[in-house]
Amino acid sequence: MSSRTEGALAHHFETLEQQAEAGALGMWAFLIQEVMFFGGLFTVYLVYRTLHPAAFVQGSAHLPIDLGTLNTGVLIGSSLTMALAVRGAQLGRGKNAALFILATMLLACVFLGIKGLEYSHKWHDQLVPGLNWNPGPDADAHLNLFYALYFVMTGCHALHMLIGLALMVVVARKAWRGGYSPGNFLGVECLGLYWHFVDLVWIFLFPLLYLLGRHGPHS
Amino acid sequence: MSQKPPTYLGGEYGMRSWLLTLDHKRIALLYLLGVTFFFLLGGVFAVLVRLELLTPAGDLFQSETYNKLFTLHGVFMVFFFLIPGIPAVLGNFLLPLMIGAKDLAFPRINLLSWYIYMVGGLFTLYAMLAGGVDTGWTFYTPYSSTYANSHVIAAALGIFVSGFSSILTGVNFIATIHKLRAPGLSWFRLPLFVWAHYATSLIMVLGTPVVAITILLVAVERLFHVGLFDPALGGDPILFQHLFWFYSHPAVYIMILPAMGVISEVIACFSQKRIFGYKFVAFSSLAIAVLGFLVWGHHMFVSGQSLYAGVVFSLLSFLVAIPSAVKVFNWIATLYRGSISFEAPMLYALGFIGLFTIGGLTGLFLATLAVDVHVHDTYFVVAHFHFVMVGGTVMAYLAGLHFWWPKMLGRLYPETLARITAVIIFVGFNLTFLPQFVLGYLGMPRRYHVYPLEFQVLNVLSTAGASILGLGFAMTAVYLPWSLRYGKKATPNPFDARGLEWTTTSPPMAHNFEEVPVVSTEAYERDEPEVVHV
Ligand SMILES: [Cu+2]
Repeated sequence: MSSRTEGALAHHFETLEQQAEAGALGMWAFLIQEVMFFGGLFTVYLVYRTLHPAAFVQGSAHLPIDLGTLNTGVLIGSSLTMALAVRGAQLGRGKNAALFILATMLLACVFLGIKGLEYSHKWHDQLVPGLNWNPGPDADAHLNLFYALYFVMTGCHALHMLIGLALMVVVARKAWRGGYSPGNFLGVECLGLYWHFVDLVWIFLFPLLYLLGRHGPHS
Repeated sequence: MSQKPPTYLGGEYGMRSWLLTLDHKRIALLYLLGVTFFFLLGGVFAVLVRLELLTPAGDLFQSETYNKLFTLHGVFMVFFFLIPGIPAVLGNFLLPLMIGAKDLAFPRINLLSWYIYMVGGLFTLYAMLAGGVDTGWTFYTPYSSTYANSHVIAAALGIFVSGFSSILTGVNFIATIHKLRAPGLSWFRLPLFVWAHYATSLIMVLGTPVVAITILLVAVERLFHVGLFDPALGGDPILFQHLFWFYSHPAVYIMILPAMGVISEVIACFSQKRIFGYKFVAFSSLAIAVLGFLVWGHHMFVSGQSLYAGVVFSLLSFLVAIPSAVKVFNWIATLYRGSISFEAPMLYALGFIGLFTIGGLTGLFLATLAVDVHVHDTYFVVAHFHFVMVGGTVMAYLAGLHFWWPKMLGRLYPETLARITAVIIFVGFNLTFLPQFVLGYLGMPRRYHVYPLEFQVLNVLSTAGASILGLGFAMTAVYLPWSLRYGKKATPNPFDARGLEWTTTSPPMAHNFEEVPVVSTEAYERDEPEVVHV
């Protein structure tokens, strides 16, 4: 065992393998709680969509499908670069991993920029419930629920991306300095799992908010 | 090694070495301090509530103040004592020791979860000092949203924050139990305490995030008035109740499953036998965890939930009685022909069996649709859940605290005094809560500070019981700290118990064991073969 990997082994584990397995299992358990967190939100969405289908169709129809689609592509691209970063770390190419994480960060920033643009359009159109709400005379009486959920759901998702960005800074630095090795790249692996999860949440958010019922009777 | 390594209490001293410790045993003691503080705080509110109820008139408090008192009692007791109590103190200390590990899988996250817990507690403390909350611990909308007139957000955010401490503890326990067991310690050789904590951790990870998002939505509703739970704007207040109870019913099992784990250990030790039907007891923990997620609607029989949903929830709630009864019967079967001794932990454990059984059986009354309509929101409900929470969880917490006190702190508690206290607490508890069953059945609603004259006798009895109960807790709060200085030094295994935690020193050294233990026996196995009577 080289001196580097010895330093990477915490005192309460016997082997690096045991440490990596425990870390990955912990990460999966954490992601399960994330699933339940967003699961609660999706439940609220489904209940209100069932109660007020017309409002939700109207809301969906007004969301910019072009920006939403573009963002979906950007985020899937970032999942690819993240997967390549994990592979780089696995093969012991620290700098390569760091660069791919950097690419992931760039794509994440593009996503958040486009999301910010969408938010500013909503503000401009006075479609922010509670803060700037004036949807016009043709709006469905319960359109506020759609937009409230739109902001809470995409907001929670964006918050998770910001946390991911912060983690990426830490992991990329460590990777660049050669802190990972083929037998010890748990940090990159867990970051990858987290990022794929964040991506997956969007894969559900996009159809629920932008696509479902878009061509319904009210659009 | 020529010299004995220092215990985890020795070695380093000073605030810094405690506040930045990564040792699960020290973190457990940090939790013990936090949990005790919030228990005392919750207790103060209970005292004030019982004092007010001494007379039929509202002579001590206005109704608004009274609303805040029972809310704060519930909030502090449920979220800051009962939920973290056994897992974060005893579980934190014992899990690694019981499975022969040097620490939990993620020591840093363990410390983080204590800080998160304290920050959450301070938030709620702030809400209390700023003027309190009056919604009841359940934060039902629209009390907590449209018509909120108190510091709901601060209190709710405190609970939201402390929820993450619960989640991280659950994640930590799951990874630890899966990956850090000593060689030879297979799943079915694990102490039942570990099984119970495994099941608890599953609920913490699966349930807590749902209440987190629910609280977040209430905060959004309250701050921006967007109608999420407001019927005037298309929202549905009943949806809040569904989401709340989806977590808060399973939360009852976060409180009671670790308690059952403690009881299994104590019963096995003080009847000097292996637990009867080990696998049934182990799997019943998992069964309770799973079934617990399917019964939340029994809180909403009269809330406007559909009758058919009510019937299904009623039926599923009955099913929880099966794994619970499996445990009770197996403990009793363990006692049968055991060589029983009545040390203080055992007295608490026996108390637990009786009180939890009453609490569980009255739960069946409440799960019955028609009966629930009669006793819903009365003192019958209050008595029922106090039998489970106090008669169950608090009794088990005290059993565990006494049982492992010598292991945790290296000193024996005063046995005779502890036994007397256990009896006082048992008597006080019953006198407090048995009259409340009758009060509820006769129709006294909960959460009122005035009541008709005919209920006074029973209320006086209840308050008298509460004073006895309080005396018992006060005695414990005196003699346990006293024993730290004046108690006899503990040997590694003062109760002749089985389990890896008893094979190391009392208190254990920083890395728990001198060398990694290897397990070759079943749980609770005694050296001498048991005498079998056919
Ligand atoms: Cu329940």
